[in-house]
Amino acid sequence: MRTPAVYLTVLVIATCGLVYELVAGTLASYVLGDSVTQFSTVIGAYLSAMGIGSWLSGYLQRGIAFRFVQVEFAVALIGGLSAPALFLAFGAAPDLFRLVLYGLVLVIGILVGLEIPLVLRLLKDVVEFKDLVARVLAVDYLGALFASVLFPIVMVPELGLVRTSVLLGLLNAVVGLWSTWLFRPLLGSPGLLRAQGAVACAILTAAFAYSDRLTELSEEGLYADPVVYTKSTRYQRIVMTRTGHHFQLFLNGQLQFSSADEYRYHEALVQPAFAARPQAGRVLILGGGDGLAAREVLKHAGVRELVLVDLDPEMTRLAKDNVMLRELNAGALSDPRVQVVNEDALIWLQHERSLFDLAFVDFPDPHSHSLGKLYTSHFYALLRRRLDPELGLAAVQSTSPLLARRSFWCINRTMEAAGFFVRPYHALVPSFGEWGFALGGVSPFETPAEPALASLRSLDGPSLRALFVLGPDMGPLPAEVNRLNNQVLVRYYEEEWRRWN
Amino acid sequence: MLAALAGAAGASACVGRTPSGRRVAGSIVGGAHALGHRLRDLGSLPLPSRREEIPVAILGAGLAGLSAAWTFERAGLRDFTVLELEDAPGGTARFGTGPVSPYPWAAHYVPVPPSSNRALVALLEEVGAITGRDPAGAPVYAEDVLVREPEERVFFRGEWYEGLLPRAGIEPEDAEALHRFEARMRAFAGERDAAGRRAFDLPRRRSSPDPRWTGLDALSFGDWLEREGLRGERLRWFAEYGTRDDFGATLAQTSAWAGIHYYAARLATPDSESADVLTWPEGNGRLVSHLASRAGVRLRTRALVLDVTPREGSVDVTWLDAALGETVLTRAEHVVCALPRFLAARVIAPWQERPPAFLGETVYTPWMVANLTLSDRPRSHGYPLCWDNVLYGSPSLGYVVATHQSGGDHGATVFTYYWPLVDDDPRRAREELLATNWETWMARILGDLRRAHPGLESLIERVDVYLWGHAMARPRPGFLWGEALRESARPLGRIHFAHTDLSGMALCEEAQDWGVRAAEAVLRARGATFTSLVS
Repeated sequence: MRTPAVYLTVLVIATCGLVYELVAGTLASYVLGDSVTQFSTVIGAYLSAMGIGSWLSGYLQRGIAFRFVQVEFAVALIGGLSAPALFLAFGAAPDLFRLVLYGLVLVIGILVGLEIPLVLRLLKDVVEFKDLVARVLAVDYLGALFASVLFPIVMVPELGLVRTSVLLGLLNAVVGLWSTWLFRPLLGSPGLLRAQGAVACAILTAAFAYSDRLTELSEEGLYADPVVYTKSTRYQRIVMTRTGHHFQLFLNGQLQFSSADEYRYHEALVQPAFAARPQAGRVLILGGGDGLAAREVLKHAGVRELVLVDLDPEMTRLAKDNVMLRELNAGALSDPRVQVVNEDALIWLQHERSLFDLAFVDFPDPHSHSLGKLYTSHFYALLRRRLDPELGLAAVQSTSPLLARRSFWCINRTMEAAGFFVRPYHALVPSFGEWGFALGGVSPFETPAEPALASLRSLDGPSLRALFVLGPDMGPLPAEVNRLNNQVLVRYYEEEWRRWN
Repeated sequence: MLAALAGAAGASACVGRTPSGRRVAGSIVGGAHALGHRLRDLGSLPLPSRREEIPVAILGAGLAGLSAAWTFERAGLRDFTVLELEDAPGGTARFGTGPVSPYPWAAHYVPVPPSSNRALVALLEEVGAITGRDPAGAPVYAEDVLVREPEERVFFRGEWYEGLLPRAGIEPEDAEALHRFEARMRAFAGERDAAGRRAFDLPRRRSSPDPRWTGLDALSFGDWLEREGLRGERLRWFAEYGTRDDFGATLAQTSAWAGIHYYAARLATPDSESADVLTWPEGNGRLVSHLASRAGVRLRTRALVLDVTPREGSVDVTWLDAALGETVLTRAEHVVCALPRFLAARVIAPWQERPPAFLGETVYTPWMVANLTLSDRPRSHGYPLCWDNVLYGSPSLGYVVATHQSGGDHGATVFTYYWPLVDDDPRRAREELLATNWETWMARILGDLRRAHPGLESLIERVDVYLWGHAMARPRPGFLWGEALRESARPLGRIHFAHTDLSGMALCEEAQDWGVRAAEAVLRARGATFTSLVS
């Protein structure tokens, strides 16, 4: 038996073992957030499982070499497929994710824990004990160093988590197969073992070839396009996907915009109000953490000050720092006129005392009570008090007048109940469909007729006027006023969207 | 000696560890029970070092006493004093403050009253809960004072459900019994006697005395449900949740009349929705703050009433001014005694000589109320966090979220957690309440909440516990329409009584009604002209 070759084996399996652990820790942080907790618990579970493995090795009496090779194949398969398995588990049953995670960590840890004791026993008659322990452990720790350096610098950026785990699994299986030659004298008949190794290698090769498909099936597969960014914040899950030249932003799985046609939405949200009040100087945006409504506002030279209130600091940071987003919103959130406040808009309105000329309300649709409260008469009454008593206008995104017609009219009616003079309007945004807005004035106002800017992509005089014409299939429906103490809008919205899904 | 006594009141700070070893700070509030107990053992009355004369003295600054002061103030009688034992007014409507939010210490909501309850409507108008009138003249309530949706949820078999009653996996018979129960309560809401009085009304004194309904008082609510064939585990739990919540009593300890009153009195007609609920982050503490501000410096806290002796044409009130450590004799032309019965029993001098039979008739439930300050909302499975959060099958009543009404849905919060000690022997329950230390209460609370909120412990910043030895009088069978209660409300010369104990039901509407009526009786006796809020 060539002992240097055995040390090389140990180096590879040590590297693989640590990589599986890093994959589990990273993946858990990635989907669950709170990386300190995830890494601590994964490492803890893994190390203790290794302890169990070492202890269990004492019960293996005969055929140590045979067992060692089998352990290699098992760890190759389970460790190699752990990343796709975890992604799939999170996509299919998020509640069971932790169970699958710690289950896998436990099994892999036990198998890895068996490895070193078995190697020591294999070599104990060939190498003197003190040298054996010294060398095997030194190589083992060296492998850990390789893994911990290569994982963040090369593997994750170049390969991604799924490919990294499958590739290391494959390497692990190949080493297992190779050791059937290495330990040939200690193995009875290696034929069966080699067949097993070949099967493991075949499975992992296939997994590697299909790793793109596996990724799609996972949480990333929930989105039509490749995921380029994800973040679980305290408040929501932010995902960005990309296709060709365009990218999309999702919050909690709901599309917020596609860069292909967001200009239609944001021009429609912002520009009609400016058409009515071209001189507006002090502007408020509630929601709109992506900075795209801010971009539209800042096109107007008269704007001296823009306050943007968005709950999630991670969202506004992303809008400021992410290259794609920053380019799309023209660096709006870095503009010196902009002040970003990260607070619940309802709470902010309760304590804010200054006045604004225009306000733009751009929240996700009212699919939960904590969003529904931002569409209540109480909210609009607070908003109204923050607007100039004569010229103040607020434009509110008010979901689809076609797909959620009663919800759309409920928002309209609720704004009226809070004292706004409301003119509803709509725009076609292909990514969303027919989309609705409400322009509310503190005092009565004329329907805007001419945009204040000539450079808009989707709006000129005639098309601006056309926004305020709603066809009969979007006409008024009776709806209750959405109040803090009834939240009827959440119910309307759920009922209406259920019909389309 | 007396100064040392007074020092025993207030909060005592605590630091301890949760079952998993997390260090948590907090306090035990409600130390005045120790004071009361030592007062009970005080021998002879100390000699006064100061004397004063005043037209009216109000004893006790709970909602009843404060409402009396409010009535005097509105009627232009400004020469009164209010004496309160604790360091803050409010009684069981007291509230606490902290860095996150103010929070209630007990009473935490008021059902929207019918327009006919002019006193309560007037008070709510003063605190800004009413923003205007609808075309029919009915008050319009401020949206941020009405409980914000989602209002209530219940934890049942590992998941939170909307509403107070879980319907998951309910047996058809159970569902049918619930349906019949609701129909019966609705029917009671519509019943009136020949004089047009409702069978069950609020305040309670407006209810019909017709034995058709008052006869139900002899029966326990549990027996009545059984008699009517209203059975099933869910219904029993639901009904008992109601009696524990409103009365601090089990189904067997609650009179059927009281049990029905809880539902029927809050429905204007058989077809109407149950009354909306008004609340504030500090609960009914908002009303207390307003009433106390109207009383101003005439409200004296840490004022221990020691003796109340009727004289010819006046009443002598001897009390300890704990702030100055001196004994004061206040000679008042009239007294409104708004003390709970168990305290009144110790200070009304004629009762010391010849204790009337009714004194021993009031049974009090002790309560533990805890305010848990959390660094963040705990995770939960199912329906989202509500204002009122109830655990099916728990000995507690669950918790109310103090920050709910402020509008936020993220970040630090305060949970007000309620636990009535409904033992049949309240004396033993009271002993247990006071003997249980802070750390043990914390462990019990966490043990109860843990199943609904795994990981709650890591969010806990403070646990403040209030031990209410005599939180509320129980409307036990036979008590509400019995002789004792009627007798106990009768004025004693120039002493007029006001307290929910005299209704046998610890409701905000009762407290205010007693306070206003006692004050109006005094105003009439003094020949004042005023517009009555209650007649």
